Amino acid sequence: MLWEVEITPVPSEVDREGAHVVSEARRLGLGSIREVRAGKSFLIQTDADEAAIQRAAAELLVDPVVEHWKVRKLSAAAGKSANGSNGVLLNVLFKPGVTDNVALSTRQALQDSGLTTEAVSTCRTYHINGDASDAELKRLASRVLANDAIEHVITGPLHMDRISLGSGYQFQLTHVAIRGMDDKALMDLSRTGQLSCSLPEMQTIQKHYVEQQRDPTDVELETIAQTWSEHCSHKTLAGRIHYRDDERDIHFKNMLKETIFAATVEIRRRLGDADWCVSVFRDNAGVVKFDDQFNVCFKAETHNHPSAIEPYGGANTGLGGVIRDPLGTGLGAKPVCNTDVFCFAPPDTPDSELPPGVLHPKVVARGVVSGVRDYGNRMGIPTVNGAIVFDPRYIGNPLVYCGNIALIPVDQCEKRMQPGDWIVAVGGRTGRDGIHGATFSSIELDEHSETVSGGAVQIGNAIVEKMVADVVLAARDRGLYSSITDCGAGGFSSAVGEMGADTGAEVWLDKAPLKYAGLSYTEIWISEAQERMVLAVPQKHWDEFHKLCESEGVEATIIGQFTDTHRLVLKYHGEQVADLSMDFLHEGRPPVVREAVWEEGVRSQETGDRSKAPRHVAGPSTDTATGALLHILGSLNVCSKEWVIRQYDHEVQAGSVVKPLVGVCDDGPSDAAVVRPVLTSNRGLAVSCGINPHFGDLDPYWMAASAIDEAVRNCIAVGANPERIAILDNFCWGNTQRPETLGSLVRAALSCRDVAIAFGTPFISGKDSLNNEFSYVDKEGVKQTVVIPSSLLISALGQMDDVNTAVTMDAKEAGNAVYLVGETKDELGGSHLHLVRGTTGGAAPRVDLERAPKIFAAMHKAISSGLIRACHDLSEGGLAVAAAETAFSGGLGLDLDLAPLAASKLSDETLLFSESNTRFLVEVPAPRTADFEQTLAGLPVSRLGKVTHGDRLVIRSGAKMLIDAPLAELKEAWQAPLRWD
Amino acid sequence: MPAPSVCVLRAPGTNCDVETAYAFEACGGTAERVHLYRLLEDPARLKSYQILCIPGGFSYGDDIGSGVIFSRHLRGRLGEALGEFLQRDTLILGICNGFQVLLKAGILPGGHWPPPAAVDFPATLTWNLNGKYTALWTKLKVAGGKNVFLKGIDEIELPVAHGEGRIVPRDPSVIEQWKAQGQVVLQYTWREASCRAMAGAVVAAAGGGATFGGLSDDADASDGDPDALLPFPHNPNGSTANIAGLSDPTGRVLGLMPHPERFLFATQHPQWTRRKLSGEGSGMQIFRNAVEYFG
Repeated sequence: MLWEVEITPVPSEVDREGAHVVSEARRLGLGSIREVRAGKSFLIQTDADEAAIQRAAAELLVDPVVEHWKVRKLSAAAGKSANGSNGVLLNVLFKPGVTDNVALSTRQALQDSGLTTEAVSTCRTYHINGDASDAELKRLASRVLANDAIEHVITGPLHMDRISLGSGYQFQLTHVAIRGMDDKALMDLSRTGQLSCSLPEMQTIQKHYVEQQRDPTDVELETIAQTWSEHCSHKTLAGRIHYRDDERDIHFKNMLKETIFAATVEIRRRLGDADWCVSVFRDNAGVVKFDDQFNVCFKAETHNHPSAIEPYGGANTGLGGVIRDPLGTGLGAKPVCNTDVFCFAPPDTPDSELPPGVLHPKVVARGVVSGVRDYGNRMGIPTVNGAIVFDPRYIGNPLVYCGNIALIPVDQCEKRMQPGDWIVAVGGRTGRDGIHGATFSSIELDEHSETVSGGAVQIGNAIVEKMVADVVLAARDRGLYSSITDCGAGGFSSAVGEMGADTGAEVWLDKAPLKYAGLSYTEIWISEAQERMVLAVPQKHWDEFHKLCESEGVEATIIGQFTDTHRLVLKYHGEQVADLSMDFLHEGRPPVVREAVWEEGVRSQETGDRSKAPRHVAGPSTDTATGALLHILGSLNVCSKEWVIRQYDHEVQAGSVVKPLVGVCDDGPSDAAVVRPVLTSNRGLAVSCGINPHFGDLDPYWMAASAIDEAVRNCIAVGANPERIAILDNFCWGNTQRPETLGSLVRAALSCRDVAIAFGTPFISGKDSLNNEFSYVDKEGVKQTVVIPSSLLISALGQMDDVNTAVTMDAKEAGNAVYLVGETKDELGGSHLHLVRGTTGGAAPRVDLERAPKIFAAMHKAISSGLIRACHDLSEGGLAVAAAETAFSGGLGLDLDLAPLAASKLSDETLLFSESNTRFLVEVPAPRTADFEQTLAGLPVSRLGKVTHGDRLVIRSGAKMLIDAPLAELKEAWQAPLRWD
Repeated sequence: MPAPSVCVLRAPGTNCDVETAYAFEACGGTAERVHLYRLLEDPARLKSYQILCIPGGFSYGDDIGSGVIFSRHLRGRLGEALGEFLQRDTLILGICNGFQVLLKAGILPGGHWPPPAAVDFPATLTWNLNGKYTALWTKLKVAGGKNVFLKGIDEIELPVAHGEGRIVPRDPSVIEQWKAQGQVVLQYTWREASCRAMAGAVVAAAGGGATFGGLSDDADASDGDPDALLPFPHNPNGSTANIAGLSDPTGRVLGLMPHPERFLFATQHPQWTRRKLSGEGSGMQIFRNAVEYFG
C-alpha cells in the first residue's frame, strides 16, 4: 500500500513557500496565479494500516504546534479528486534515481519507531486557485516550482500505488568495434558516447586496440575518456603551447610547469633550509608548514557547469567535493574553514533578455548560495571568506569556486599504499548521479545542456560526508589505512585509477554498495555519486577499520585489491570487463599542441562587450565625486554581501578571530578572515582572495598581477606575515582552442610566475576550468556565443604568529591619524568609476614588483608592532570607497585632505577613484604617528587627515571640497542592492 | 571534590562537540564526546555522568525537522535511562540543535520523565521569521535567576547560527506559565546603542522608505517590556517574547539557541579589536557554573 501524509502550516504560521511562489508568479507576469498554498508530503510504501501511519505522523513526521496533516491512501486508478478542493494541485517529485536524503532519513526513523516500510519518498505540494490558466501553470511549474534536471511535476492528485525504484540489471558485456571506424565514426562515437575526446585522442585509442588485436569494452573506453578529460588531466594547460605576444615567442613543453610551478620551484630554491612548502602540485591539495604539530592544506575547485544546470545541487556538491580534497590529501586532513567566490550575471537582468535554456541569474544566485550554505553549515565547517563578481557575460556560465583549508599532522602527509592492500569504498552509496560529470565539465554548454546532461547533476548529503570525515580521521590516527583519495569527477574510475597508477589494481564492481538496483558495471565505475572516499586498507587492519566505521554508522566495503601488475582490471560477478595498461591510461594520451596569441588591443569579438552600466542604482549624477562614490558603493561588485554572509556559519569550531563582517554594527566589509585553527594555540591563518575580470579585458597580465596583489594585500591588511603567504590559482576561461583565448590565459600565467617570485608567495595548488561558453540560437535564427570574461581567482592563505595582533578595517577612535600607504597612479582602466559611468579608457593597474614587497613587509612590521588601529585595502572604487567603508563601518567620520598627494600631478578624480595596487588606508593612534612614519620610511606614505566624531565623510583637496556626505547615506547606498529577503 | 564528568552527546551531524567538550575541560570538568550509538547500545552508561550536554549541529541533517530524529532516540530506547538521570542531582545543557532536541524530546520545558505525547507538546522551535539560516551576534538578558548555568550573569553577548530558532507556544498561556515558574531565563535584548543610532540615521537618510531589518521609529517605546517583540537583528528569529533560552522549573536543565562555546576567547567577539578585549570570553562562565555546581 502507498500512503501519503500531507503536511501544511497551521493558519497562524506564515506560508513562506506559498508566498514566494505567488511573488515569483507575479514577477513572471503569470496573472492568473493568485493563491498558492504550499505543503510537503511523505509517500510511504508499506503493509502497515492507516492507524499505524496516523501514529507515525503524530509522533514523528509532524510538528503539531505549527503543522496540520492529512493521511490518504493512494491508488493507481484515476478517481475523484481525493483532496476535495476546487483548486489545482501540483505535486513536485524527484525523478527516479535522484537522491532523496530526507526520505532516506525518514525511512530509517520510521524503522526505528517500529514501522517497516518498503520505500519512502518526499514530495512538495502546491494548491493553486482553480481558475489559473493551464499555460501559466505549465510555465510556473517549469520556471519556479521544479528543476527539470532532477524533478518532475504531476498535476492533480497522485495516481500511483508504488514508488518507482530502479529495475533490475541484466549483465551484458559490451564491446565497441573501434578498430574498423573511420575518422567520422570515431568522432560520432566521442560525441554520442559523451566521451569528449578529440580526433587525435580517438585515433590513439584506436591504434592501441589495433595493436592489442581486440576491441575495447565500453567501460575501458569510458575509463580512458575520463582519465584523459580536461577536467582530470588538464591537458591543455599542461600541454605544448606555442605562445606569441608583442615581446615574446615561447614554445612551452608544459605551460603550467614552466610558469606557475616554476615560480614555486624558484621560491623554494631561494628559501633553502627555510623552505616551508611541504607538498605542492601533486596531492589533492597543496600542503605547507603551520606549526610543529600541524601542516595546513588548501585547495579550491570550481563546479561551474553543474551549477549552471542545477544551482543548488551544483554548488552543494561543489563545496562537498572540495572538502574531500584535503580529506584525501596525505593520509587525511581535518577541514577548518571554507571559502567561496561566485560570478553571476546581474540579478536584475530582464527575463526578456535571457537566452533560451538559461536560468535567471537571481535564481542561480539564490540556488548557489543555498547550496554552499547547506553543505558548509551542516558539515560544521565555517565559511569565512569569499567574493561575488557580477558581469552580464556570466549569463550562461555562472562560476562557482569553493575552497577548503584543513590541518594535517606533520607525520601524516605522505601516502604509503602497498600492493595487496584492500581497495575500500567508504561513505555514500553509488547511484546513477553525476554520470559523465568529468567529461561534461570539459565541454561547452548550449541551450540543450539541461536536458542532455541532467544525469551530470549530483545531490549532496553533508551529514554523510561529516560522518565519513569523522571516522576517517579517527582511523588515520589509529594508523588503519595506508592511502586515501576522494571520489570526485570520474568516480571510482578516477580514484582507483590514480591510486593504483604506479602499481595496479583489480576492482570487483559488483561489490560496490548501490543506492538502488539497475546500474550497469560501467555506471558503477564512472558514477560521481557524492560523499565517497577510496582507501587502501592493509589486510591486517581490515577488521578493526571495518568495526570502527560500523560503530559510527558509516558503510565501508572492500571493492578490490591493489596489485603489482601495472594493470587496471575490472570484474563484475567474476567476469572480466576491463583490462587496461596503467601506462597507456596515464601516459598514452597524445600531447595536445596549441597555438596561443596575445596582441595588445586585439580582443576576440565576443569579449568586446564590457559590462553595461548598472541599471539598479538611481540617484545623483555620477559627474560629481560624491555622486560617483554613491553609485560605486551601490554597484553590485562593491555593495555589501551581508545577505550571503549571514546565511553562512562562519564561527563553528570556535576559531573565528576576524570575521567577514566587522565594525561597530558588525556589518563592515572585512579584508580577510583570521582563523585560529588550534584551540590551545594563538597561531592563526589569514584567508583572502583576489579576482578582477574587468582588468582582464584590458590586459590579462596585469589582471593576474592585480589579483595576486589584491589577495596578498588583503591578507597583509589583517596582520598576516608576508613571508608565509601561499596562494592558489583557479583559471576559468572560454574555449582555449581559439589562439587568442589561450593567449590571454598564457599571458596571465606568465604574470603569475613573475609576481609570485617577486612577492615570495608560492603557488601550492591550482585548477582550471575551460570552455566556459554558452551557445544558443537567437530569435533571428543566428547562433550566438557568450564567452565569460577571463576569470582568474587567486586565493591566499597567510599565517600569523599571534592572532591577538590582528587588526580590522573599521575606524576606531576619533582623533587618530589617517594615512594612505602606497602610490596612486593614473590607472582608471577597468575601474568602477568607468563601470558606473558606462565609459571606458585608461590603463589597467600595474604592480611595482620591486616596491610592493617592501610595502607589505613594512606594513606587517607596523601591524605586528601595534602601530595600527585600522587597516583597509584599496581596491574597487579606490581611495574614496575605502575611506567610506572605513568610516561607516566604524560609525565615525573621516576628514581627509588630498593636498599631500599634489606632487603626483593627478586629477582629483584619479586620486579618489584610481584602483592602483598595493595601497592601504591606515588609522594610526595619534601618539604613534612618528613610529609609524619611521617604520614606513622610504616608502610612499601620506598623512591625509584624521578620524572624527562626526557622522560625515569629508574629502577635500586644499580649499576645494570633493566629497562631503553623511555616513548613513553612504552606508545605505552600499547596503541596499543585495538586501534580499 | 573530583571533576564532574560530562557526556557531550554527539549524533550523526552534530558538529559543535569538539569545542563544547573543550569548554567543559577548560573549566575543570572531565568531558567525553560520546556517540549516541554507544548510549543506545548501553543506556546504563549514562549513570557515570553528572552533566549531559547536547551540542549544536545538524543531527540527522535536521531531516523531518530540527532535532526530531535525535529526540526520538531519547524518547525511545534511552527514555528510562534519562528518567533515572533526571532523578539524580544532575545537569542538562542543550545548545542550539541540542535545545531543539531537548524541546522535541519533551525534556524541556518540564524537566521530568516521562514527557508528554508529541501531540501535546506545549511549544516548538520552528523556522526563523526571515525563513532562513541566520548567523549573527545577539545580546541577551538573563531573567528568572535560578538556572544553574546562568548564575552571576545579568547580560551576555553570544552568537546565534540557526534556521529554526523561533519559539512558538501552543497558546499564550504557555508563556505565562513559564514566566510564573521562572523558566524564561534568557531573552534577546537590544544590541549596542551606537548601532541603533546608526540604524535610525540610515532610516532617516533613506527617507524612511527603507528600514534596517524592520527597525521602526517607535521601536524605542518597547524598551521597558522585555517580552515585546524586538525587531531583527536584535531578536534574530522572531522568537515569541524574545525567548532565547528556557529552563526547567528546577533550574538544572537549560536549553538555549545562542552558542556560549563560540565565546570562550575574547578574540571570538566580533568587536574585540574595537573594544580591545583580550583573554577569556564571557561564554566560558556558563560552563564554569556547571562545573562549579559540583564543586
